[in-house]
Amino acid sequence: MAAVNWTDSKIEAGGVKLHVSRAGKGKPLLVLHHETGTLDRLPFYDALAAHYDVLVPNHPGYSRSERPDWMRSARDIAVTYRGLLSELKLKNAALVGLGFGGWIAAEMASMAPADLSRLVLVGAMGIKPPQGDILDLAITGYVDYARAGFHDQKVFDRVYGAEPSVDQLEMWDICREMSFRIAWKPYMYSQTLPHLLGAVRVPALVVWGDDDRVVPQSAGKRYVDALPNAKLEIVKASGHCVDMEQPEALAKLVTNFIA
Amino acid sequence: MHLMYFTEQPMSAYSEQAGRDFGATALMFPNANFDPVAGSRLYNNYIEQYMLAEEVGVDGIMLNEHHNAPFCMQAKANIFAAILAGMTKKAKIVMLGNPLPLAENPVRLAEELAMIDMISKGRLVSGFVRGGGQEQLAAGVNPAFNRERFEEAHDLVVQAWTRPGPFRFEGTHYQHRVVNPWAVPLQKPYPRVWIPGVISKETIIWAAQQRYPYIALNTSIEQTKKIWELYDQVALQAGYVGGPENRGYLIQVHISDNEEKAVENARQFRWMQGEFTGLAHPVWSTPSGYGSPSARRAFVEFAAGRAINPRGNTSFEQQMADLRIIAGTPKTVVAKLKRILEETRPGILALWGNDGKVSQEDSLTCIKLMGTEVFPAIREIAKSLDLKSPFEANAPVHLKYSTDLKPAKAAAAE
Repeated sequence: MAAVNWTDSKIEAGGVKLHVSRAGKGKPLLVLHHETGTLDRLPFYDALAAHYDVLVPNHPGYSRSERPDWMRSARDIAVTYRGLLSELKLKNAALVGLGFGGWIAAEMASMAPADLSRLVLVGAMGIKPPQGDILDLAITGYVDYARAGFHDQKVFDRVYGAEPSVDQLEMWDICREMSFRIAWKPYMYSQTLPHLLGAVRVPALVVWGDDDRVVPQSAGKRYVDALPNAKLEIVKASGHCVDMEQPEALAKLVTNFIA
Repeated sequence: MHLMYFTEQPMSAYSEQAGRDFGATALMFPNANFDPVAGSRLYNNYIEQYMLAEEVGVDGIMLNEHHNAPFCMQAKANIFAAILAGMTKKAKIVMLGNPLPLAENPVRLAEELAMIDMISKGRLVSGFVRGGGQEQLAAGVNPAFNRERFEEAHDLVVQAWTRPGPFRFEGTHYQHRVVNPWAVPLQKPYPRVWIPGVISKETIIWAAQQRYPYIALNTSIEQTKKIWELYDQVALQAGYVGGPENRGYLIQVHISDNEEKAVENARQFRWMQGEFTGLAHPVWSTPSGYGSPSARRAFVEFAAGRAINPRGNTSFEQQMADLRIIAGTPKTVVAKLKRILEETRPGILALWGNDGKVSQEDSLTCIKLMGTEVFPAIREIAKSLDLKSPFEANAPVHLKYSTDLKPAKAAAAE
């Protein structure tokens, strides 16, 4: 694959300054990252940029985006991203939400169901799993938590290094603090979201790793039940972070789904 | 000088081996290791200790609380404060303190404290703390808003005590339609507030800004001096001169009638595997957002097991040498405490007398010697060093009740 030419910029959306990476041409596609923040570049992002105009914003308070002290919910982030799309004059973007980013994507879909081409949720938080609980950041060590997102620990070692850097640990702590500020109680889900997804009539793809130890698969089934036009795909040999563990398989699912 | 007795109220009947096997003795350490039969016996032992402390003339009994851990059995300090309010007659009941951020309803906390103050006929000292990191998790309270909740709950409690009701309170973390508690404190303008702490600069600065005494918890002499340096600097900016009446100190001291036994019992101060509050998972003891952002980098390195605990786990011998643990007969103990008084000049002193598996008999001996021999000698030393407590100095309860404030420059010139 040819090297992808990413541009990074700071974009203000409704008073919130966001760090946004952008690459590729085609239909607009917004990728929303995990609660652990995001690395600047990932093979999954590159694969998508071969097909779409891909935007990867850093969530407010995560990674390279500054923290708005007033922000209190995933819904606040969703509104901010609606503002970002409006600022960039992008209509009918496709949304790909990863883990915590899946929650934000689902909120965005629920608040403007007509301004959306496709919805992809990967191991999405945001709904209370009917069985099991979402793994608790607050009582899990930084590295243990990040490792729990992977089925194969060798893949984790490749992505973050066997001993993640102190910079990375510090970044995980910053992301964690922001997650507490906006998703402390109930932890990582909304009690109203499942009731608001009924209006999302565009096709939705719900993807789960077959070995997700962060968000129980039962949450995926609940998403499929709540969304009128959704189907569930299970990716084999993958933990919660399907985007980092099986980037090609996930990119293929997405590109087949968003023609 | 205000002299107090303190015990953590250890749950000494827990299985130490179970704690070692689990790798932590707090938060998630299963409560199957708590034995309520032993708990009942121990709670009553602690009441006996407090009653003896009152009998032998301590000025105050210091209380605290912790959760989900064997090192401290008090899950609600106000329960013991209420017991002591009814059972004792003279000693101050010194809460050090109620963890404010844990309160979902600070008005109810204000009511509880007002009741304690009235029942005790005005003997309450109402200290407040942020609560440890594990406390936030045990209570399900957001650690990222710990300091904001601390300050806002404090404002609400003080308003509930002092402002005529009914009024409405619309804060960031607390909203109350009607604040109009019918239980208000006996002491006016309100009971004294003392602020204990270990390490956070922000808390020292805040306490000095309020003119609340700061109680250094078992810090080394050097650390204690640094704390007073910072406190005094902030005091000058606020327009007053910090002194002994603003300074408290808690230290681990075991007293016995023979030296060897005293040292042997003092080893129990390290009973929680050598840590102040037991073996802790670092991420539980300092959840994200709880600590100071300036300490973030050092903390994550420690939490990932790549650096030693910045708070340090020093040996028993070293702590004895540093005078962070003192043990002996009254004579030896007084001589060592004298040095601390000379070096750090506190007006409030709490002796943490007994810990771990020290027997009830030895605990009572310690308290008796504390009240009858150590404290009288300390009072004389304090007099010679002019170490006045906030009561003796008639210090204002809060900065806003000061009548002696000066512009920072003039205060500095004094």
